Amino acid sequence: MNKTTALLIAGTLGLSWSGTLLAADDYITLASTTSTENSGLFDAIIPTFTEETGIDVRVVAVGTGQAFEIGRRGDADSLLVHDTAGEEQFVADGYATERLNVMYNDFVIVGPSDDPAGISASESVTDAMQRIAESESPFASRGDDSGTNRAELRLWEDAGITPQGEWYRELGSGMGPTLNTAAGMGAYTFTDRATWVAFENPQDLTLLFEGDEALFNQYGSLLLSAERHPHLKHDLAAQWHEWLVSDEGQQAIADYEVDGQQLFFPNAE
Amino acid sequence: MLTSDNAFSTALALILSMDNALISIVVLSLQVSLVAVIIASLIALPLGAALALWRFPGRNVVIIALNALMGLPPVVAGLCVYLLLSRAGPLGAWGLLFTPTAMVIAQVILVLPIIAALTRQQVEALHSEYAEQLNSLGLTRLRMIPTLLWDARFGLITVILAGFGRASAEVGAVMIVGGNIDGVTRVMTTSIVLETSKGNLPMALGLGIILLALVTMINAIAHIIGETAKRRLG
Amino acid sequence: MNAHYAPPTATLELDSVGFIHRGHTLLKPTTLRLTGCQRTLIMGPNGAGKSLLMRLAHGLLTPTSGTVHWQGAPPAQAMVFQRPVLLRRSALNNLTYVLAIHKTARQNRKSQAMSALERFGLAHLAKRPARVLSGGEQQRLALARAWLLNPQVLFLDEPTSALDPAAIKAVEDAVLEFHHSGTRIVMTTHDLHQARRLADDVLFLHNGELLEHTSANDFFTAPSSREAGAFIRGELVW
Repeated sequence: MNKTTALLIAGTLGLSWSGTLLAADDYITLASTTSTENSGLFDAIIPTFTEETGIDVRVVAVGTGQAFEIGRRGDADSLLVHDTAGEEQFVADGYATERLNVMYNDFVIVGPSDDPAGISASESVTDAMQRIAESESPFASRGDDSGTNRAELRLWEDAGITPQGEWYRELGSGMGPTLNTAAGMGAYTFTDRATWVAFENPQDLTLLFEGDEALFNQYGSLLLSAERHPHLKHDLAAQWHEWLVSDEGQQAIADYEVDGQQLFFPNAE
Repeated sequence: MLTSDNAFSTALALILSMDNALISIVVLSLQVSLVAVIIASLIALPLGAALALWRFPGRNVVIIALNALMGLPPVVAGLCVYLLLSRAGPLGAWGLLFTPTAMVIAQVILVLPIIAALTRQQVEALHSEYAEQLNSLGLTRLRMIPTLLWDARFGLITVILAGFGRASAEVGAVMIVGGNIDGVTRVMTTSIVLETSKGNLPMALGLGIILLALVTMINAIAHIIGETAKRRLG
Repeated sequence: MNAHYAPPTATLELDSVGFIHRGHTLLKPTTLRLTGCQRTLIMGPNGAGKSLLMRLAHGLLTPTSGTVHWQGAPPAQAMVFQRPVLLRRSALNNLTYVLAIHKTARQNRKSQAMSALERFGLAHLAKRPARVLSGGEQQRLALARAWLLNPQVLFLDEPTSALDPAAIKAVEDAVLEFHHSGTRIVMTTHDLHQARRLADDVLFLHNGELLEHTSANDFFTAPSSREAGAFIRGELVW
């Protein structure tokens, strides 16, 4: 490679680079969960928000635990997560000034279609989880401190079970990879409905248990503390926070469907 | 259901559609990895050459450390850069987290030890051949560096390609420091992770095929340039 | 700059120069004075220390005892090796390279390099990669490179040992051309015929010891040491 070519390449790279860096400053970084990202919700509602306000929303999709950490470190302007207890603690610790209910979906239990633990006949989620534990049927847990993982652990506790043993497999993975693994080993797993409906590799997995009120999965938006992290784009983030609970935002969420199925149910007060 | 058949047809359909989102992902992947490799080379080539030429106490420690860092897990590099660039970290004020620049920094850290360590080997071998002649010409070690790097250029192309391979293939670091933000920091490898997690395996594999094809193409171009030049120059 | 010019030759003094490597004495303490514009040939069987002595004199190696020094300022020197070390670029660029090192103005480099190539009969090979030239051509290119350094002293270490007779002739002619233009020659060889053709004076080494330093005539007609006598008669001396 001669020097001219090298300079040309360097120049081209540099130019297009600065283009990337100089992109509109009107954006916020939103730390949210893989469940919302993977279900495609953001692709559906963010363009509507951007059109109304001119603000772009850049989504970093991580587990709820990591989303809290990103928020604590001041690396995101806004948080949209699903762990109400954790969110309230986050406000109490002074990292956020306000928490609002935005929407909910629900958790479901999926498993191999022959249902060896017979959970499709169970009357409550507690009953279903007891049946899985008693039959020692393989169960794949996220094991990653995500909102879904926290919800699952609370339900085991409610059922009076300490999940352990060879049947209980902590994967330390996101929802999608956990579903892939559960499908591969014919295990039960606990998932949010949105990720499940949008999931494209179910193999022999099928929805076996749903509908218990205890499976309610609430999403909340957090308005971060300007005092704690003054450098964040609080004005823009506040517009997003308020838009989510506005009529327009709530309608956009309600309108999002996959295969004719509504995945998230707006419930802002 | 996944078959290799529909992965290939998905890859082909993706390429043929010339989808804008796909193009921007491909372009960003190449940009990030090429810029990272260029920056890493600018530092690592002279550094590797200097390590080949100078004897100083602790030199072996540096060499062993570089060799070991060739195996640095990308996630660890990513985590370190994350902690550095995070608002709560020492360089937080720069506001670089979740930008392509952060991804470049992480990849530079991954690629630099490879290029430096392999450059040292190549230059050391060449130096043992050239040392007497260059000494006789009165060159200081500092002035030998450009001569040796230039004369080792055919071997160094392969070294730089090895660095590029590592940069373009890794996902752990760019995922953490880039955040896989759609349209901003989403690259080939993070897209593949995302599509896998959605269970969209044909798409994931299709993207993988495109990535492999691109990397193969770049290697082929470099190989052809190198071989032609080698044949001309002996 | 076509005319080669070398200022009056300096004097090299070796004072009790010895060289020990990992406990082995490779050169016993040697005291030696090289003066005038002579053609000095260093002779002796393999392993006698010829190349070592030359490298110590040229400054490529530092003696483990004794001192090497030049009376007055160290003169311009060049060295031609048994196997020429040429850079991986064209013949011409191998020459412009040394001109660049020695800070010749950029616009003069090419013409000077071309005239050196012409002088050594290599002009038609200017664009060829140096590394694909024949052994004889490579050695002539190394001599052309040395020429551009304007050396007052030229060291040559077995420069013809791997060459065919025609190439040997070309190298010997080149050595004479250096000498005629005022360059002192210090050269090792184990070829007696070559030494007879070229030598003004001879250094004879054996087992790391300098046994004789005498005029060529005396050396070939009346060697003072038994080893040198045997060497001249073509007997194996170890």
